[in-house]
Amino acid sequence: MPHKTFFAFILPSLVAMVLFIALPIVSVVVQSFHVEHGRILVEVENCQPFGGCTKETRVDTAAMAELQAAQPMGQFNGFGTYLNRSHLAVDEIGAILSDNTGFGNIVARIYNLPFYKALAFTLVFCFVVTPLAMALGFAIALAVNALPKVSKGPVIFFSLLPMIITPLVGSLILYWMIQANGIIGATLQNLFNDPTLSLRASPVLTWASLLFYGVWTNAPFSFVVFYAGLQTVPGDTLESAMIDGASRWERIRYVIIPHLAPLATFVALVQLMDNFRVFEPIVGFSAEANATSLSWLIFNDLSGDAQLFGSAGATSVLTIAGVIVLLMPVLIRTWREFNHKVV
Amino acid sequence: MKLMLKTTVSLGVLCLTAGAAFADCGIEGAGSVRILSNDFEALRLVNTTAAECATDSLTITANANAEHKNLQVPALSINPAEYTVAVVANNSIVPLLNDDLIRPLDDLVAEYGASLQPNQLIKIDGKTMAIAFMGNAQHLFYRKDILDAAGVAEPKSYEDILAAAEAIKASGAMEYPVAASVKPGWDLAAEFVNAYLGTGAEFFAPGSAELAIDNENGLKVLETMRALTAYMDPDYLTFDANGIKAEYEAGNTAMMVEWGSLAGAIIDEEGAAEGVVANTVLAAAPTIGGGSIPAVALWWDGFTIAKNISDEDAAASFQAMVHGISPEMVAANPAVATWLVAGYEPGPAAVGVIATANGGARAYPMQPYMGLLHTALSAELAEFMAGTEDAAQALADVKAAYETAAREGGYL
Repeated sequence: MPHKTFFAFILPSLVAMVLFIALPIVSVVVQSFHVEHGRILVEVENCQPFGGCTKETRVDTAAMAELQAAQPMGQFNGFGTYLNRSHLAVDEIGAILSDNTGFGNIVARIYNLPFYKALAFTLVFCFVVTPLAMALGFAIALAVNALPKVSKGPVIFFSLLPMIITPLVGSLILYWMIQANGIIGATLQNLFNDPTLSLRASPVLTWASLLFYGVWTNAPFSFVVFYAGLQTVPGDTLESAMIDGASRWERIRYVIIPHLAPLATFVALVQLMDNFRVFEPIVGFSAEANATSLSWLIFNDLSGDAQLFGSAGATSVLTIAGVIVLLMPVLIRTWREFNHKVV
Repeated sequence: MKLMLKTTVSLGVLCLTAGAAFADCGIEGAGSVRILSNDFEALRLVNTTAAECATDSLTITANANAEHKNLQVPALSINPAEYTVAVVANNSIVPLLNDDLIRPLDDLVAEYGASLQPNQLIKIDGKTMAIAFMGNAQHLFYRKDILDAAGVAEPKSYEDILAAAEAIKASGAMEYPVAASVKPGWDLAAEFVNAYLGTGAEFFAPGSAELAIDNENGLKVLETMRALTAYMDPDYLTFDANGIKAEYEAGNTAMMVEWGSLAGAIIDEEGAAEGVVANTVLAAAPTIGGGSIPAVALWWDGFTIAKNISDEDAAASFQAMVHGISPEMVAANPAVATWLVAGYEPGPAAVGVIATANGGARAYPMQPYMGLLHTALSAELAEFMAGTEDAAQALADVKAAYETAAREGGYL
């Protein structure tokens, strides 16, 4: 296709992408470089039903309105928000590295910083859930492919359920099941003969439940893609492998897996991106005490009694940067393949 | 489900009967009243009562929404505002004041506010900015039968609660005698704020946004909070206010500091295990560290009128809301809330809140930067409560997180 035709062909989607993807990201980036104006505080008399009248500080709204009119975005703060304690915490890390009592102490103190605590769980979730969910999805695809035709439809439907269920609802269902009086929680207490066993109390078990949920909810996507891929495996090659005496395992290892490898790259790419944005299970499992993620940090900045848009913007930009870093190997590989084909 | 049905039916009946009794609120002219409020029974009742004022030319709509705090600032910033009335509390009025989104009500009070009492007027800098109509506070709920069996009297302080919990646990009557809403997030931060108010100390240095909790009062509060966890269900970090209500109603716990607005639902006949309701006593919130102030925040709920609306809509909104919180409505529904309205006769569900208020509990602070502290507390105390961090470190973390946020918010 000539470049011009190609360009005209994708122009509508390009416009939509600029409007709905690029511009909002630009606005978030701009937002992250700004903080609120310095508030002008005044002492005023404040009377309420309880406790009578007291002197309290208030924001001088008239003076603030003038400042706001002059500079609607607030004060320019450059990378200040990125480097503060809630984000990359450069000063704090410097202090920790220059004054510590050993490696364990460094790790513990860095983990105490909100951004790094969230990043730790986010990365673990990404790198544990993605391969396990892909492996499980692949196994289900192989199993379903071997089923007789009649039963395939219903089995596929049931295998897709975790993906169809809204993530928040799915995590709540599992959360209720692992409670001490839920079916899984009670069974585990019985199995280990420990009536105080609680999946919600210990950090390790909370992480394990979240990871388990992640695999459960992500497997269907891999399953669907791999199942579609399985339909394209050339029958001739499989047959000749069988004639050569290849076992089922050998056929999977030497015919099917190489055939599906490009597909696996695509699935890994999508899943890594998805898992890096893990959020719903943390809320659904009430796991904030033991596990937070980058998306949860953004949510925490924007909900509650006071909203910090600059801080949320900075975390969002760092999340985007994280996604780019994660996808870099895959992107480089795709780019090389693309160039290879053109030449 | 049954409870919901019952509430809906009773509300429906109420609307019908009340509508017949006083349909005309005497609002003249055309206009539109649009109410935004939190979503609980008392506020829904106020909204439906206010909606009785609707006429052919006056429309009244209400949005009772648990996300109201996130909606109100953007909704009132536009001109004309999306809502003419924002129903707020001590904390949620602050963002509206900070951005100058609500109007002074003194003229409207003079003209239409004959049924209001002086202590309902929330005055800021001499101007009435909100009309309070109900009070709320957390207070002690305890099981008299369990405490009697363990031979302990009504706990008056957190120290008493710890002693009582030890006695109950030792007697084997209950494994986890204490429950508290310490789920990281708003609830956990509120627990700290409550206990800290009980010490009598201030959160901030006078006249500035400088944090002042990094002292022995802060440490005492944290120690007490952690000491209580020894007597709580090991899942305590996942319990919010509704979670501990369920635990209490199931008969799993003997003492909890819980919202007064949930008292009605706890002492009714629905959903509780055998013997829980009959033995439940509502008492003032406990004191802390030998102090005399009940260690909880007092809250008021009230309504404000948006600034960015026409004067006609503002007048209609004010009159509709005054009708919504009228003494007649309160006389017909004394059990729904602890009303601050004239002629209110407290019912059995209100004794805890009233005892707490009479005990001299302090109001939830209204400083413009209090919300930032609440958010900092909500995230940074989790590790301490889980037992993986000491109190001094937790306070240092709170201070650091608050200062970061306050700098970004322009307060420091």
